[in-house]
Amino acid sequence: MSLVLGLLSQTLSRLLRDSGLHRGCHAPPNPAMEQDKALEVYDIIRTIRDPEKPNTLEELEVVTESCVAVQEIGEDEYLVIIRFTPTVPHCSLATLIGLCLRIKLQRCLPFRHKLEIYISEGTHSTEEDINKQINDKERVAAAMENPNLREIVEQCVTEPD
Amino acid sequence: VDEEEEYECVSVLNSHTQDVKHVVWHPNQELLASASYDDTVKLYREEEDDWVCCATLEGHESTVWSVAWEKGGERLASCSDDKTLRVWRRHQPGNQEGVSCSGAEPTWKCVCTLSGYHTRTIYDVAWCHLTGALATACGDDAIRVFEESPSSDPLQPTFSLAAHVPRAHAQDVNCVAWHPKEPGLLASCGDDGDIAFWRYQRPEG
Repeated sequence: MSLVLGLLSQTLSRLLRDSGLHRGCHAPPNPAMEQDKALEVYDIIRTIRDPEKPNTLEELEVVTESCVAVQEIGEDEYLVIIRFTPTVPHCSLATLIGLCLRIKLQRCLPFRHKLEIYISEGTHSTEEDINKQINDKERVAAAMENPNLREIVEQCVTEPD
Repeated sequence: VDEEEEYECVSVLNSHTQDVKHVVWHPNQELLASASYDDTVKLYREEEDDWVCCATLEGHESTVWSVAWEKGGERLASCSDDKTLRVWRRHQPGNQEGVSCSGAEPTWKCVCTLSGYHTRTIYDVAWCHLTGALATACGDDAIRVFEESPSSDPLQPTFSLAAHVPRAHAQDVNCVAWHPKEPGLLASCGDDGDIAFWRYQRPEG
């Protein structure tokens, strides 16, 4: 297997770049590390405020420690999966919460990661539609260009002084 | 285009039901392909002074991010959030393969689905018009190149992974493009803000 990989990498070599990157071997899964990372993620998302109510997502149980799953997918890279439970079955609020989660983690999560956000199963009638939207990076960027949405997101994710 | 000339909008097509992610012209015909969040690829041609949607390619299970035409224009490749790459082939009315067509309109069929290679959304696909190689830009930060097996059946072509660069960029790769004149020269760009140049050589043997 490694011989085949060696042949493949020889046929695609870099021009004009010295990135300093090295391709390390994939480390065996480390549950303790993954758990640590999951807590790191949770610490960031639990203080996000609900768009409607004067409470945090943790207080409203929209997110819980167990709703964050982390998997190592490469050298120092992790897949973070969050399943949140919206308080009301209202589509626009669910997508707004998804947006807040994504934006805050994008800004605050220090380690290299890929992020997937889902509504926990069975909590919403249009959950597939919502999941698709909040995981489409172009739609997320477009949403953040909307000044009203952006303002709401900023208020939800900004840490109080 | 003369700077003094203005562009005039001649047609607006709203066949897609959701965002259109990409459009690309056929290499030698007045035929346009589009890729959409509605999971389809659509084709458009001019008919009596207006543009019409003449085909809808269904099969992808999520957003289609990009499409690329093969040099001759008989085949199209599409890539999707469903992590697959699909190759579609045009069948003209009266074709020998026994593919049914409605009226005078050609039918497009998916003749190959490449799955299991990409671990995240595929944002772009590029079909080299010099060598026939297919390159993909993926959300797992990798670039992959696929080559068609020489003996493969045109109706059921097989493509194999010829090259894989796992960390081509530090973040999602958004776009790949083959140089139109220099075989094997590939450009890529990603969320990391970098543009990279690559030289690809078909594996020997």
